[in-house]
Amino acid sequence: MALLAAGFGVVIVSGATGTVDVTVAESFKIVAGHLLPNMPWMADGSLTSLQDQAVWRFRLPRTLLAGIAGAGLALAGALMQALVRNPLAEPYLLGVSAGAGVGAVAVITLGAGAAGLTLSGAAFAGALAAAVAVYLLARQGGIVAPTRLILSGVALGSLLSAVTSYLTITTEAQNVFSILFFLLGSVAAATWTQLAVPAAALAIVLAFALLRSRSLNALQVGDETATALGVDVNRFRSQLLVACALLTGAVVAVSGGIGFVGLVIPHISRIAVGADHRRMLPVTVLGGAMFLMAADLAARTVAAPTEIPIGIVTAAVGAPFFLWLMRRGRAAGAGMHR
Amino acid sequence: MRISIDDLSIELGGRRIVDRVSLEVEPGRRLALLGPNGSGKSTLLRSLYRLHRPASGSVRIGGDDLWRLGARAAAQRIAVVAQESTAEHDLTAFQVVMLGRVPHQRGFGADSPADLAAAEAALERVGALDLADRPFTILSGGEKQRILLARAITQDCPVLVLDEPTNHLDVTFQLELMQIVADLGLTTIAALHDLNLAAEYCDAVAVLKEGRLIAAGDPGTVLTGDLIAEAFAVRADRIAHPATGRPHFALSPLKAPSTERNTTA
Repeated sequence: MALLAAGFGVVIVSGATGTVDVTVAESFKIVAGHLLPNMPWMADGSLTSLQDQAVWRFRLPRTLLAGIAGAGLALAGALMQALVRNPLAEPYLLGVSAGAGVGAVAVITLGAGAAGLTLSGAAFAGALAAAVAVYLLARQGGIVAPTRLILSGVALGSLLSAVTSYLTITTEAQNVFSILFFLLGSVAAATWTQLAVPAAALAIVLAFALLRSRSLNALQVGDETATALGVDVNRFRSQLLVACALLTGAVVAVSGGIGFVGLVIPHISRIAVGADHRRMLPVTVLGGAMFLMAADLAARTVAAPTEIPIGIVTAAVGAPFFLWLMRRGRAAGAGMHR
Repeated sequence: MRISIDDLSIELGGRRIVDRVSLEVEPGRRLALLGPNGSGKSTLLRSLYRLHRPASGSVRIGGDDLWRLGARAAAQRIAVVAQESTAEHDLTAFQVVMLGRVPHQRGFGADSPADLAAAEAALERVGALDLADRPFTILSGGEKQRILLARAITQDCPVLVLDEPTNHLDVTFQLELMQIVADLGLTTIAALHDLNLAAEYCDAVAVLKEGRLIAAGDPGTVLTGDLIAEAFAVRADRIAHPATGRPHFALSPLKAPSTERNTTA
C-alpha cells in the first residue's frame, strides 16, 4: 500500500516537472480532472490548455510508461531468476534486448520505410526472434536446461550486439544519437497508444505468475524437488520463458534497453520480504514501477533542459543503492548469505 | 497404498540403467533397495516420482499408472526425500517444509491454518522446530535432512520414497530417522547403503546389481553371505544382533589378509 501511494505521488510530481510551469496542485487537478467526470476546475479557465497538454499528453504517458516498463522488467527478471535458478539472471538473458537493438538500429540506419516497419515494431520482432532462437538453441531432447539457456542467451546476445555495433559504426553520424537513446533506453517519446501493448503484457504475465507462485517457490529449490512436488517442470519452464520473452519484448520495443531494473529490483524485494514468490512478486512489480518512474523524473531534471537516457540514471543511482543494501546486516539474514 | 513395479526398464542417454525390474510393496510395508553405487537404485526411485519415464514396463501406485495420474495427482500420493540438492535459494527452513503443501493447494493466496499446523507438527516430529526461521541453505547436512523429512511428512502422502536418507547423518540421527520413518507407517521404499539399517527397520529388501534385480524378499532369508558377496564383493558374516535379535552383518574384504594371519597364527 505504501508503495502504491508513493507511486501515485511520483506520478503527480512528475506531471508538475518540465519546461511548462505547472504546480503540483495543478498537476493533481489535471490528472483527476481527466479521470473523474465533471471536475469544476477543468472548465473554469484556471488551467491553460498548454498546461493541460503538457501534463496529460506528454508527461503522464511517459511517467506511466516508465512505471509499466519498470514493473514489467522487474517481473521478468524475477521470473528469469527463478527459472534458471541464477541470481545473475535478468530479462535480457534471452537475447531480447540485443535482438530488439538489432531491429531498432536496422530501422534507424536503413530507414523506416525500407521494411515497412515502425521502430517499435522492428524492435519487438527482433526481440521475439532472438528469444525464439535462444530457446531453440537451448533445447535438447525436449528439455531446456538452465545452463544451456544462459550460455546460448549470452552467446547470441554477443553476436547480435556485434551486429548492432557494426550498423552503428557504419551509419551517418546524425543517426548515432537516436541509436544510443534506444540502446540505453528512454521513455521520452511515450504516447497513450504505446502504453496498451506493454500494459496488457504486464497484466497477463503478472496474473499467470501470481497463480503459479507456489510452483515458482518449488522450482527455485530444484527441478527434482519441483517434479516430486507435482510441478511439470519442463512445461512450466517453457511457459515462463514465453511469458518473459513477450513481456520483455513488449517493454523493450517501446522503451529501449533500460538496464539494471530487471536484475536488481527482484533482489531488493527478496531482501525486503523474503523469497516466497507470493509476497516477493507484488513487491517486485510495484518496486520496479516506482523505481523507474523516479528514475525518469531524475533523467528529466538533473541536466535540465537536456534529457539524459533513463538507463544511465537507473545504473548510476541504482547500483550504489543496491550495493549499500546488500552490504547491510539485514541482507545476510534475508538470503544474501551465499 | 500399494506400489507395483512391473517389468520396468529405464534408459538414460541410450544406456539401460534399470533392466526389467518387477517389485511389489504391500500397503504400509517398508522395502529397502540395496545395491552398490551405480546399480540403478536412485534411477529406479526417480521413476517413482516421474523424473524418469520408463522405456518399458510400468509403475502403478494404488493401482493407477503413475504416468496416467498427472504430476499433481502423483505428488498427492508420493512424498520424496531425495538426495541433497545443491541448488541455492533464499527460502527459510519453514518455507521449505511448507512446499510439502504445494500439491494440495491451488492458485494465489495465504496458507490455511491447517497447512501451517501440518508443517509445524512435522517440524516437531523431526525435532527441528528451532530451525524454522533459519535460511535453509546454511543448515548443516543433518539439519537439512531433518527439514526435508519434515517436508515429506507435511506432504501427507500414503507413499514415501527415500533416496539414501541416512547419508551425512551422525549415528544418533540415522537411528532416529529410521525410527520416525517406521512410526509413520507409510508404504515406504528406501535406497540404503547400510545393510544393518535395512535389516533392522525394513520388512523386505530388494537387491540390485547392474540394473537388474538379483534378489528380493524377507531380509532374514534374502541377505545371505553369498548374496552379499555377489552384490557388493565383500565378505559378510551374519550374526544375530545382541539386543534385537535381528540379522546383523560384520563386513570385511573378500580376501582379507589380516584375518588369514590371525587364523594361522
